[in-house]
This record gives sequence, C-alpha cells and structure tokens, in this order.
Amino acid sequence: MDPIQTLIKDLANKHGRTKESLLPIMQGVVERESYLSERSMVEIAREMDIPAADVYGTATFYSFLETKPTGKYIIRVCKTITCAMKGKTQVLFAIQEMLKIKMGETTPDKRFTLLETNCLGWCHKAPAMLINDNVYTELTPEKVREILSGYMKQNGINQN
Amino acid sequence: MSKKINLTINGFPVEIETGKTILEAAEKQGIKIPTLCYHKDLCVAGNCRVCVVEVAGQKRLSAACATPCEEGMEILTNSLKVRNSRKHIIELLLTEHNADCTKCYRNGNCELQTLASEYKIMTQDFIELVPLKKYSIDAYSPSIMKDDSKCIRCQRCVRTCAELQGVNALTVAHKGDEMKITTFFEKHMRDVVCTNCGQCVNHCPTGALVEKNYIEEVWEAIADPKKHVVVQTAPAVRVGLGEELGLQAGSRVTGQMVAALKRLGFDSVLDTDFTADLTIMEEGTELLTRLKKALVDKDDSVELPMATSCSPGWIKYIEHMYPEHLGNLSTCKSPQQMFGALVKTYYAKARNLEPDSIVSVSIMPCTAKKFEAFRPEMYDSGYRDVDYVLTTRELAILIKQAGLDFDKLQPVKFDRLMGESSGAAVIFGATGGVMEAALRTAYEIVTGREVPFENLNITPVRGMEGIREATIKIEDPVEDWAFLDGVELKCAVAHGLINAKTVMDEVKSGKADYHFIEFMACPGGCLGGGGQPIPTNPEIRQKRAEAIYAEDGALSIRKSHENPEVLKLYKDFLKKPLGEVSHHLLHTKYTKRERY
Ligand code: SF4
Ligand code: SF4
Ligand code: SF4
Ligand code: FES
Ligand code: FES
Repeated sequence: MDPIQTLIKDLANKHGRTKESLLPIMQGVVERESYLSERSMVEIAREMDIPAADVYGTATFYSFLETKPTGKYIIRVCKTITCAMKGKTQVLFAIQEMLKIKMGETTPDKRFTLLETNCLGWCHKAPAMLINDNVYTELTPEKVREILSGYMKQNGINQN
Repeated sequence: MSKKINLTINGFPVEIETGKTILEAAEKQGIKIPTLCYHKDLCVAGNCRVCVVEVAGQKRLSAACATPCEEGMEILTNSLKVRNSRKHIIELLLTEHNADCTKCYRNGNCELQTLASEYKIMTQDFIELVPLKKYSIDAYSPSIMKDDSKCIRCQRCVRTCAELQGVNALTVAHKGDEMKITTFFEKHMRDVVCTNCGQCVNHCPTGALVEKNYIEEVWEAIADPKKHVVVQTAPAVRVGLGEELGLQAGSRVTGQMVAALKRLGFDSVLDTDFTADLTIMEEGTELLTRLKKALVDKDDSVELPMATSCSPGWIKYIEHMYPEHLGNLSTCKSPQQMFGALVKTYYAKARNLEPDSIVSVSIMPCTAKKFEAFRPEMYDSGYRDVDYVLTTRELAILIKQAGLDFDKLQPVKFDRLMGESSGAAVIFGATGGVMEAALRTAYEIVTGREVPFENLNITPVRGMEGIREATIKIEDPVEDWAFLDGVELKCAVAHGLINAKTVMDEVKSGKADYHFIEFMACPGGCLGGGGQPIPTNPEIRQKRAEAIYAEDGALSIRKSHENPEVLKLYKDFLKKPLGEVSHHLLHTKYTKRERY
C-alpha cells in the first residue's frame, strides 16, 4: 500500500465507511495533502465502496475541499453580494497585480493560490478574504498589499 | 382496500386512494400539470418547480409532484397566481438555456420547448446569462453527446443512472450558479464507467443528452452507387418505431418498416432476428456444453452460471464492475455483431459482392450498440463488421426526411438470405425473451420434445418484475443428453442494471445456484432501450411488450432451430454450432476495465 492508500484506510477506520464519513475522510486527506487529487478520490471511492462520481460531486460542492493542487497559502476572496458592492473588485485587482496570477491560479513558486468563495459571514466588515484559516476584513487595495507583503517577507520572498 | 380521501381540484370533487400526490390526482381527473424533473420511472426530486399548484390556506405554492393529497384539500391548478409563477420559472430556466431550437437535435420533441410554447414565452424579462457561462460539449463518445448549454439541471439523468442502472456515472458537481451535471473529474463520458446504455438520453427532457447520430453518413452511403448498403433491424424496433411516426404505443409496424427501408434506398433489407435465431443455436449449444463439462466431466474450470451476452450495455457494465466474472459470459457475440461478421463473408460470397463494397447499417433500439460496433474485437470479417448503427429514433428521422407517409405504406417482407426469422427471435426484444428462446430450443435438443408450456409460451420468465427465476426439470432426455435426466435447470432473468447488480452480487458471493442468467441493461429489455422513442415509461414498455409477444404468436415458425435460413447457413457455411468458422466469426472476448 502506498501512502495515500494507507492514509485513506486509516481515516476510514477512524471515521467509518458510511455516507456521513465521506466528509471527514475528505477533510482528513486535504489536511495532509492540501488538496484532493484524482487518485485520492478514486481511493476514497474504493475504500468506501461508493461511486467515484459521487465523491467528486461532494468534493466540488464544498469550497474548502480543493480538487486542484494549491500553493502554501490559499487566498479566498469573498465574491458574495455585500463584498462585491463594497469594493471587492479593486481588492482582487490588487492581489492579481501583486502576485501576477489570475483567479484560480497558483504562483509558479507554489506559495499562493487565488480563489473565490461564498459569503464568509463578515459582511458587516466587507470586503473580506481568507488566507488559509485567517480572516482579513475591511480590505482596501493598500491594506491587501500590506498583508501580502507580510506573508512574502515571512517566506523570504524578494519583492520588486 | 386502501382508504380513500376526498378533495377538490379546481372546484371539482375528487376521490383518491391515500398516498397519491396532487400530480397523480390531477392526472386522474384528466388535468395535465406541467413537469420537468418528474419522470414516472424515477424517484421524486421536486427541484424544478414548474408543477406548482395553489392549495387553499397555504401562502406558498406547492410542487404537485412532491405533495401528497390530504383530506379536504382544495387545489387550484390553473389560477392566475399559478400560471404567472410557472411562467416565471420557465423564463428563468430559459435565461440560462442556450435556446437555439432550430439547431437542436431535440427540436420538436423537447419538454422545455413544449412548455415554452404552451406558455408563450415571447419576451425576455430577465438578463440573459448564457454568454456568461462556460458551457462545454462532450462529443467524444461513439454513443452519446452531452451539451451542458441545453441542461436544465433537473437531474433526471443522474437519478436514471443511479436508480435504474446502478452505474452512477453522472453526478451533480459544484453548487449555485456553477452547478452542473458531470462525470468523475469532469472526464469525457467515454473515459468513465458509463455503459453507453442511453437510459439517461431517454430520460432527459431536453437536448442536453442525445445519441451521437450517423444520419448523414448513412445517407451518403445510400447515395454512393458503388456501395451495396445492407440494413438489419433489431426485434424491438418494429414495436417502437410507430410511436415516433405518430402511431399508438404498441403498434406493430414490421411490414411498413421494411417497406420504408426499401424506399429509403437500402439495397437489401434484412433482419437481426435471423442472427438472434443463430445466437440461440450457438448459445444454447454453449450452455449444454458447459453443463456437460461441469456435470459429466467434473471439470471445475467451467464457469457457471452462464450469462447472456447480447446486451452491450450489460457487457460494458460487467467489464467495469465484475471483471473477475468475465468467464461467466457466453462467448457469443450479440446478434448485431454476428450479423455484421456474416454480411461481409457469407452474404458477400453468396451474392457475389466484394466485402469492401458493402456498407452494413443496423437499426437498433440501443445506443450501446454504437459503441459495440466500434470495439476493436468487431472486425472479424476482415473489415469493420457493422459500419453504422442508428437508433429507432434516427430511423424515424430518415423516414420523415424522405417524406414517406408511413401509415400509407403497404407491408412488405424482409429480403431473403438472412431475412428469415422465428418467433423466438422476435422476443429477444423483451426482457426474458432470450431465456425463453433458448429454453424452447435447448429443451427440445435435450429431450426431443417441445417445452412443456402451452403454445410454447414460457410465461414464468415473462413480465416486468426486475428479477425473475424459473426452474425447468429435464425428464427423459434423448441418449446423448442422458446425464441431464432429472436435472433442474435453474434460470434467472434480470433487466435494468440495478437488478443485474443484485444478481451479480449473489453470483459473486456464491449464493446463486443458477445455471443460466439473462441480463439486459435496459428496463424492460431492448423494447425499453436507450435508443427507443421518447418518452418511454412503465405503461409504454408494457404495450411494447404485448406487441412483441403478439408478433411471436403470429409467426408460423416459433423456434430458432427451425429457421430454414439458419439451417442452410450451417449446411453451406458454418457446418456446426461452436464449429471452427463460428468460433472465428461469431464468438468474442471481453476486456477487463477499471471500476473507478
Ligand atoms: S433543448 Fe429544447 S428548448 Fe433547448 S434548444 Fe433544444 S429544443 Fe430548444
Ligand atoms: S442532462 Fe438532461 S436529464 Fe440531465 S439534468 Fe440536464 S436536462 Fe436534466
Ligand atoms: S448511458 Fe447509461 S451508464 Fe452512461 S451515463 Fe447514461 S444512464 Fe449512465
Ligand atoms: S458577502 Fe462577503 S462576507 Fe458576506
Ligand atoms: S416536476 Fe415537480 S418539481 Fe419538478
């Protein structure tokens, strides 16, 4: 058994193999692997004896379950209406300009992935975004540049 | 007797058994409530909401398909509020819908188009969302095309693939405005567990899932004077085709169909039923040989139960899901492919034709047959054995394009040499039919007597029950088969892949003690095939089945081994069942596939 199979078998032993166990198992894989690859979905389907298409359907339903390889930091910008009206577009532009990637992409150095998400529940302090598990609110282009610079410095990335 | 409840619909009193929905109560009153996500074959999803009705005392409108009747309910199906709300729902569906009906395959037989037409949606009050969507088309499968821009996300296909077929090739992925119907990892249909059965196509209300059509290719072949175009027609086509051409479900149109095919310009109009009879000769012999090996020679490498192999949807299913059981499959090709292999060998020689000048076309109730004809195993004549496969629906299109008044055509007989058939062959089109045909022949080979059923009608294997069993006791066999004396031949029949799954799980666990099992991918067998007229539902399947058995009863030859053309084929060409030539042309191998 390779590491993915072992991981999934362990998770299934822990959470069970019923319908309700699917989500915790997928979360467990994402915690370890950062995303759900095609391979791990096949293994989950096999381990739980359910159709692979159903695993994919569930995985894509939840925005916190990535199905593509991501960078170390996943930026999720809220795309829901309040944030959209409070200047999300400008914030997004600033991020894209700074990281030189488009929506859905990952930087070549595999540090940052830029994604959208639905309402984060921070509408009263819109616009909002997540970087991994940290929430950032009342964003402006300036503020977001500062935040990203912080992450870059932490990782010793040279900005120019 | 179940309890009755009373309610009113549009002011008129209605009495109905408990447990019925508003939709069913209205139908009983002759009131049609529009539906989209609802289908009689499937569980209720209640997601489209075009079926809304007003129930007195309730602020919100109720979905008629998902609301059970209650005592004293006052229901309005046609109030202003109901009509306006339905109209809005249809308009909203259309904002996301690529409604270029004139370029759409389902133009003229589309539930969404019909609704839009009934509700006269002539303006556009909402923003058009189609240009903003990244819709894609999957046209890589030889059987099925999927166009997301026509999908209304009713999920009938997903439920069909899961509930009727147990394949689960389709799923709902993403959510909100990005929600779509797709496969595992959004792969092409040809690269996943899809069996090509076409049940999703038959259950889709719109043009989002359609068969891959080969209409132009066939017209071109017919127009080419250098080509000799041969057509074969499957048993179930003759009891379905009429529906596409305005006749009642269950109309038997064999003679008119042959007449139409001749007028379309096919050089020879022949019958898949001929090779259905041939299949029985080969498969029946194969079964008896396996039984002999198992019972007399005590050879435990013989795999029993033997499973039928004429349904290509079932074949692809077992290849994916039970690859360890491929040895249980009969090695017989399907009648379509036996026909194809003979047409470019036996027929070509008899007619003095160059095999490469022959174009072999088949008319099938099935979309999986298109895939089957593409399989690399299906070139045993040295050429592609079957060039083009059209569904019953495509044949109807050819007939309409040619401007034929179908109803006025005088019935004609099939051409000779591979055109003769028995009643046993016709019933291949119904679930249980292959079993019945095989028993009529095998029993007689073994005992020298006809099967002990009135008029040869083996009723225990007939019907629409998902899984049926029958046991036939062999008594007093002829000398060659003396070892079968007293043996109880145990048979089972399963149709719809979800039922095939149940039976296969028992075979796998060793619980099943059958000798012979008939599997059909589609509910009802071929008569309910994915290439049959839309709609297909339980009542329509029933009518087509009655027509099939009536067709059988009306034929003078009822047993495959009495088909004179089949006997001639053995005498002149094949020599004997399971002989060397048969082995080369009529039998095949199967391929292990991945389950995920
Ligand atoms: S699916 Fe129906 S409504 Fe849509 S374009 Fe085709 S025929 Fe028209
Ligand atoms: S493909 Fe057809 S059946 Fe499936 S959800 Fe779309 S419209 Fe409905
Ligand atoms: S063709 Fe059959 S197996 Fe394939 S997706 Fe449609 S219903 Fe499922
Ligand atoms: S709308 Fe963005 S956080 Fe709620
Ligand atoms: S038909 Fe009733 S909700 Fe779709």
